[in-house]
Amino acid sequence: MNRIIEYMLPPQRSTTASDVDSLFTFINVSGFILFMGIMITILIFVIKYRRKSEDDVTPVITHNSILEVAWTVIPIILILIVFSWGFRGYLTLTSPPANAYEIHVSAASWLWQFQYEGGGSTMNEVYVPVDRPVKFIMSSEDVIHSLAIPDFRIKMDVLPNRYTTTWFQATETGESILYCTEYCGTGHSEMLATVHVLSAEDFEEWLETGLEVDEDMPLADVGEQTFTSAGCNACHSLDGTDRVGPSLLNLFGSDRELVDGSVVVADEDYIRRSLIDPQAEVTAGYPANMPSYSGRLNERQIDGLIAFIKELQD
Amino acid sequence: MADSSQKTLRIREFPIDENPGHTYLNHEKGILSWLFTVDHKRIGLLYLGSVILFFFVGGMLALLLRTELLTPAQSIVDADTYNQIFTLHGAIMIFLFIIPSIPAALGNFFLPMMIGAKDVAFPRLNLASWWIYIFGALFALYSIITGAVDTGWTFYTPYSTQTGTSVVSMTLAVFILGFSSILTGLNFIVTLHKLRSPGLSWSKMPLFLWSLYATAVIQILATPILAITVLLLAMERILGIGIFDPSLGGDPVLFQHFFWFYSHPAVYIMIVPAFGIISELISTYSRKTIFGYWAIALSSLAIAFIGFLVWGHHMFVSGQSELSSVVFSFLTFFVGVPTGIKIFNWVATMYKGSIDLKTPMLYALAFLFLFTIGGLTGIMIGALSINVHLHDTYYIVAHFHYVMMGGTVIAMLGGLHHWWPKMTGKMYNEFWGRITCGVIFLSFNMTFLPQFIMGSQGMPRRYFNYVDQFQGLHQFSTIGSYLLGVGFVMMAVYLLWSLFKGPKAPSNPWKARSLEWMTSSPPTHHNFEYTPVILHGPYDHHKPMKEFRMGVAEESESPDVIEIDKDPA
Repeated sequence: MNRIIEYMLPPQRSTTASDVDSLFTFINVSGFILFMGIMITILIFVIKYRRKSEDDVTPVITHNSILEVAWTVIPIILILIVFSWGFRGYLTLTSPPANAYEIHVSAASWLWQFQYEGGGSTMNEVYVPVDRPVKFIMSSEDVIHSLAIPDFRIKMDVLPNRYTTTWFQATETGESILYCTEYCGTGHSEMLATVHVLSAEDFEEWLETGLEVDEDMPLADVGEQTFTSAGCNACHSLDGTDRVGPSLLNLFGSDRELVDGSVVVADEDYIRRSLIDPQAEVTAGYPANMPSYSGRLNERQIDGLIAFIKELQD
Repeated sequence: MADSSQKTLRIREFPIDENPGHTYLNHEKGILSWLFTVDHKRIGLLYLGSVILFFFVGGMLALLLRTELLTPAQSIVDADTYNQIFTLHGAIMIFLFIIPSIPAALGNFFLPMMIGAKDVAFPRLNLASWWIYIFGALFALYSIITGAVDTGWTFYTPYSTQTGTSVVSMTLAVFILGFSSILTGLNFIVTLHKLRSPGLSWSKMPLFLWSLYATAVIQILATPILAITVLLLAMERILGIGIFDPSLGGDPVLFQHFFWFYSHPAVYIMIVPAFGIISELISTYSRKTIFGYWAIALSSLAIAFIGFLVWGHHMFVSGQSELSSVVFSFLTFFVGVPTGIKIFNWVATMYKGSIDLKTPMLYALAFLFLFTIGGLTGIMIGALSINVHLHDTYYIVAHFHYVMMGGTVIAMLGGLHHWWPKMTGKMYNEFWGRITCGVIFLSFNMTFLPQFIMGSQGMPRRYFNYVDQFQGLHQFSTIGSYLLGVGFVMMAVYLLWSLFKGPKAPSNPWKARSLEWMTSSPPTHHNFEYTPVILHGPYDHHKPMKEFRMGVAEESESPDVIEIDKDPA
């Protein structure tokens, strides 16, 4: 039974996961016993009381008050146990410790942005310390999203008109997947991020260096890195296939026909404008739903993307 | 001689005409005699045909979804098309198939017959319900053609107010369909109150009718809320009035409250009629009095009532206050109690019965298996801390398919086979019936059991692409869904065969005791050629059959006439 339960659940990587899993196990085991009890009873009845002849006479049993009370009261006791257990776990899940490390999460269709206390931010990657409570303070720029990390057993909707919060304390270093679990349109299933759990020293070090730009990296490489880290890959392909947005292959220098009928050349400044104010010049045939990267990308990343796109010619 | 305060009724047995020349099927001819009929039986069949058509459409869409999910990346459709398909699958199955399925099709046909009435209280209103339903369906079709909806059947704001697809016509369709539902419910309530035959007290009413009564109450009280909600949504989209959209000053979570205030009770509109069918089947095929009649009847009403107080359990991670979540979780568990009571009473009914594993009984047993799993996994996701993990994952998808399909659809199939001889006058093939039931049962589990595991592992729902680790389980589920499709094709084949070539059905092939079996198969235009009088309960298998065929005797008739108290205590 334990192995089945272990197979059914993702690894436990937060302090709250084991309590949730224990309740999961309790309900599965007691539910299984109850279920088998009912099914075996039915099986016995079907075999023992199968129709022997068309003239079978059956006894008249209309009700039994003791039985009715028993199968009302016993389930009530069971559900009260389950309710209290779930309630206790929920209190923990909704009460972040006061000393938690805070990260501001901003969701947009379809990317995650994480802002750290000391300034600096990452996209679709979040770095957190192990063995230390981390609190996400979340808001959405457009529709409702939901932040879920199965390894930590947490989930919370991200709303456009207010802050919501969730917290966890990771118990081991490594990587976990972060999903968007509230349906948000075309790129919903691409709206994933990676949670990097680092040791305390590594995290401090990452805060010092990881957010800084590597000055020696060639611009096109910065662009390639940004292409995935900023979530461009959710909507734009590199091989010419159409996704939500146009492919970036052979984009640079081509004529773009816009929804208003005018034509512009995709030069450096057009790409820059498309990142800062994407809704202003939308290519005909594509939806106007790209989020603005104004303030999300620094100048070097924008330059990098332009350099990267320039090279994409076949 | 009785005095005037204590009226007596002269009754006699009315033998059943086993070979009626004149039935409701040949009473009038031509397509118009069907489309504009006010006969509840024909309207029931119109509904049955319509819901089967939409079940077929919704089912094909489901197979498309499952095919796309064979691989983690794009295979046959693109992301937008996938999103439109799952929205249509959900919306069609919920609004066009499952809500009208049992009450409007089987309920329309059998409710008047089971109380010995000629028709429902308002036959023209009944026809209007069907036409309103068809208009609603046409609007839904229109929205598909003009650019399908991609919001999911839940229409969550602000996504639904911002997406470019034709949400307004789809919500208008839902608005119209709601009226059809309300009118049917109203008709049933009045009919049950006013048109019961002499002797048919509330305590002698078949449990199927108790369940339809509870359903009708929910339909009348909850559906207007849905109408108001979709109207507000349409006003926001057309007139730009800020109600739900935060950019206009609205609150998106308010929409979820409105939506689930209807849609949670609607879950009981879908499942409670199924409970009623199961009560009929288990008693009939065990040939035994139902155990705990009042427990089963009143638990339907209890579920209908508690069902209004638990909508917030869809919103544990939505941003509603923690206190609300706790209260809703607490109340949610109390739906489990009356539901459990029903299951225990059904099992107890089989004790010392004479169990005949005919196809309808196999469906009833399949229901007990699948619905119990659906119910127990409901306890799982009612628990707050676990819900946080399982919310919006495939665990939820699996849970509601076990309840809605494993519960309602399986019960409806049981009812369809049980009443098939009465509706069509033909017998279906018992051998193929049983085989098909087995195929559907096994392939259903194959399709949806893996989804519990995927969900527990964290697979989110409504995902077009997914991470590679889930591929094996997804493929297993897809193969199951294909087999499920094969099962339904098999059923279509033998039922069509039965319709045209099947042997003639006797009036009461199952030796059931409720009133619809006390007339010919198929029934005559007015169901009964006399006014039935009810002496015994609908599950009194120990009473002689002839005492269930009593009717009011004419003044002139003298032989075999008995005089009884008109209002027995």
